[in-house]
Amino acid sequence: MVVPTPQVTDKYRGVWVFAEQRDGKIKASAYELLGKGREIANALKTELCAVCFGYNVTNKNSLVAAGADKVYVIDDSALKDNNEDIYTAELVQLVRQYKPEIVLSGATALGRSFIPRVASALKTGLSADGTGLDVDPEKGWLLQTKPAFGGNIMAVIICPERRPQMATVRPRVFKARPFDKTRQGTVIKVDFNKESVTSKTRLLSFLDDITDKVKIEDADIIVAGGRGLGKADNFRMIEELAKVMGAAVGATRPPVDEGWTTYAHQIGQTGKTVSPKLYIACGISGAVQHTAGITTSDVIVAINNDPEAPIFEVATYGIVGDLFKVVPLLIRKVQSP
Amino acid sequence: MNIVVCLKQVPATTEVKIDPQTNTLIREGIKNVVNPYDTYALEEAIRLKERFGGIVTVISMGPPQAEQMLREAIASGADQAYLLSDRAFAGADTLATSYTLSLAITRKINECDLVVCGRQSVDGDTGQVSPQLAQTLAYSFVSYVDNIEDISEGKIRVRRMIEEGHEIIEAFLPAVISVVKGINVPRLPSLRGIMRAKNAAIPVLNAQSLDADPQMIGLNGSATKVVRIFSPERVCRGEKLPGDAEAQVDCLITKLRESGII
Repeated sequence: MVVPTPQVTDKYRGVWVFAEQRDGKIKASAYELLGKGREIANALKTELCAVCFGYNVTNKNSLVAAGADKVYVIDDSALKDNNEDIYTAELVQLVRQYKPEIVLSGATALGRSFIPRVASALKTGLSADGTGLDVDPEKGWLLQTKPAFGGNIMAVIICPERRPQMATVRPRVFKARPFDKTRQGTVIKVDFNKESVTSKTRLLSFLDDITDKVKIEDADIIVAGGRGLGKADNFRMIEELAKVMGAAVGATRPPVDEGWTTYAHQIGQTGKTVSPKLYIACGISGAVQHTAGITTSDVIVAINNDPEAPIFEVATYGIVGDLFKVVPLLIRKVQSP
Repeated sequence: MNIVVCLKQVPATTEVKIDPQTNTLIREGIKNVVNPYDTYALEEAIRLKERFGGIVTVISMGPPQAEQMLREAIASGADQAYLLSDRAFAGADTLATSYTLSLAITRKINECDLVVCGRQSVDGDTGQVSPQLAQTLAYSFVSYVDNIEDISEGKIRVRRMIEEGHEIIEAFLPAVISVVKGINVPRLPSLRGIMRAKNAAIPVLNAQSLDADPQMIGLNGSATKVVRIFSPERVCRGEKLPGDAEAQVDCLITKLRESGII
């Protein structure tokens, strides 16, 4: 079972992106990583490859259009449920065969669950939920910036002696390149023998129980409410604003603890981390446990009646005022052209 | 059923500062507590014991003062505890940590059925130890569990959170699961538990007693290195929009429309 520790050698070449899909549709995080991966591959003067596992995956050529030189594909019914045991075994196998120097994946539920197992099997280093990637072309190092202590501290991590250098990267941190349909690349079908793979886990059912139209992780806009709303009925105002803006609904911890909304909406240290284009914080004081989850948002708007509230320190635009006046006005005005 | 819970002691606050002279974290005067997510893991293990019978063992890798946290876990209902403590374990990344924890489980737990971990620690924030522990032990693994439906006939059935909703997953035992906050509300220690914890012997396991490979523990066994830490720049200073509510809202909408966000 013990694998010999891989040594740094020039044998490891190329940058890989694990291109996650769900129900045959490639996720946005795959294109974002290819955008950054292209920069890294260029800096290291090497190739960029995408690895895509799934069943009946459409539009695999889009991975080339988004920057990949090669796409390794396993398309088989055994992979339809994103089985993490099979994903782990197959990615380990591919890395051993082709020896990439860098492997990147989205820090999604899937990526954060199976990529650590791949790194463990390969006895190599992995950083989690990164928000920045850079390279030292001389040394061939991937400089991985990740938040720790709920975002209060940033750490730069390297994996100097083992290969590949692996990182999961927070979705929406990097931008995808515009698709270039003229780009040339090869799609390589990987041999896969479903008889040879065993799995210790099995998906029995999927519960499509997130009722919101827009999911927090994918949302361009999030409207979030905090303790300042006072009661459950007032939280409906947040949902109304989200609805008219086509936004997802978020919350700090108190509304979840009080039962005004569910844990799936909680943002912050003990909830989700988000990176929308626009985050509107209503009645949120801005405790670091919450702001830790929103600092990579492009624009933060804070609405709070306390001018000293720490949320204004992270807000791009602050509205000091009564949210029960401001939010209804916003609901009305945002709908008029 | 033999259940193991992995606990980590973390600073009581995440509002830590960096010493500008040494570029290291200022740890003086900061109290340590059990990692909040691990309290849900412990509670879930105790509930499983109540449902299915068995023994709950808590383990932690850390400095000698982590013993206090293990004692509190016994007060809450754990049956026994091991502290994995050795200078040689220091500086471990998730690869070396999961290896060290796996040794304690294979060497000290007779036929472990289930390992329960919190989804991540609030200091390192990696969430990598539980999947890597499962891989090292060659156990099944399911992350982000928010409900344990059943355990029977050598299998566990759980519900897990993913971005799109929930999945019901069946996994063969032995298994490692990581749990999220919503799974339960941890109980307070009972008086009887506190009395029992006071007198409980907590064996300390070092590298030698675990028969650990010196090249796979601590700094030597770590693949990653932290080269720099820094405080993040705040996005920007708040620009407070002037006027009454009407003017503020108009100004905001104009700004958001001009920048193409809405």
